Amino acid sequence: MKQRKPEMIRGARANVPVAASAMAYGSVLGVLAAQKGLSWLDMMYMNTAVFAGAAQFVMVDMWSNHMPIFEMTLAVMVINLRYLLIGASLDPLFSGRGLLHRMGMMHLVADENWAVTMTEQRNGSATTWFLFGGGVFLYLAWSSGTLIGLLGGGFITRPEDYALDFAFTAVFTALAVGLWRGKSDVLPWIVAGAAALLAHKFLPGKWYIVAGGLAGAISAMMGPCEIEEVEEVEDVPSY
Amino acid sequence: MFPAINPQVLIAVGLAACVTYSLRLGGLLLASRFPRSGRFRRGMDALPGALLFSLVLPSIAAEGVWGLMAAALTAIVVLRTRNTLAAMLCGMLVIFAVRKMGL
Repeated sequence: MKQRKPEMIRGARANVPVAASAMAYGSVLGVLAAQKGLSWLDMMYMNTAVFAGAAQFVMVDMWSNHMPIFEMTLAVMVINLRYLLIGASLDPLFSGRGLLHRMGMMHLVADENWAVTMTEQRNGSATTWFLFGGGVFLYLAWSSGTLIGLLGGGFITRPEDYALDFAFTAVFTALAVGLWRGKSDVLPWIVAGAAALLAHKFLPGKWYIVAGGLAGAISAMMGPCEIEEVEEVEDVPSY
Repeated sequence: MFPAINPQVLIAVGLAACVTYSLRLGGLLLASRFPRSGRFRRGMDALPGALLFSLVLPSIAAEGVWGLMAAALTAIVVLRTRNTLAAMLCGMLVIFAVRKMGL
């Protein structure tokens, strides 16, 4: 109980870099949304209710006077299937926590604060409040980014000229580097990368994220059980 | 100044929100039934990195050689400085410069 506030603040501070990048590509989404005629209320409703960057990009792309409700829901499901895996990977962090706590915390879990929390858990100690504090901060940054883009859209008509669309890729590349565990990751990452590139080429939409992630995890399961590898896994705190 | 939300938008975004939240919570709740050791655990431990790598690699590849250079620079900067923000800006700077020069 006492840890709640300091942990939330610590989580928010750890998320400053990813929040800056979320703001940058949030502004790209805002510009696209302005071109599709979304109001600021539509935008904030989506930011608050969905709170998932990649899915929101696709939703804005599909936005029209006659909303393709079924196709949109299906697309969002495919893009966000990775949250099933993200949620599962948070299980150790939530050990000993009740259902209500889990239900309250999970809405504000995005790629960004999840990745920061996983890194923190490897290096020291992360808590659910750390995750949540990051989520709240990210929500504020994401919302302001999208609104800046939406309302000041005339300003930057071509955000890709400023590489703002690459902010997402760049920040997640940096986060992926932080999650590298050394030798035991060589095989899973090669398999994941190959599967992602193949799925990106041959499957529609965003299947490649789940395809790569699952292929990498399965290869780690199937791989030879080296003694070193087991030790490395045991070094990870909180298991 | 207060815009109304179209009922279609209300439904479409509402459904998207339900799907997303169910996946988030569902993954967490299902995971507590998974085995906590052995091969399965190894797979789950490898998952976060594999997932992030899969998320970025196609976008890096889509930028071609310069995308790879930008990603490599981002990785080097974050390894040297542990500063995610600086690393991101370096990566973006490469892409910005390349597009500016029309390479």
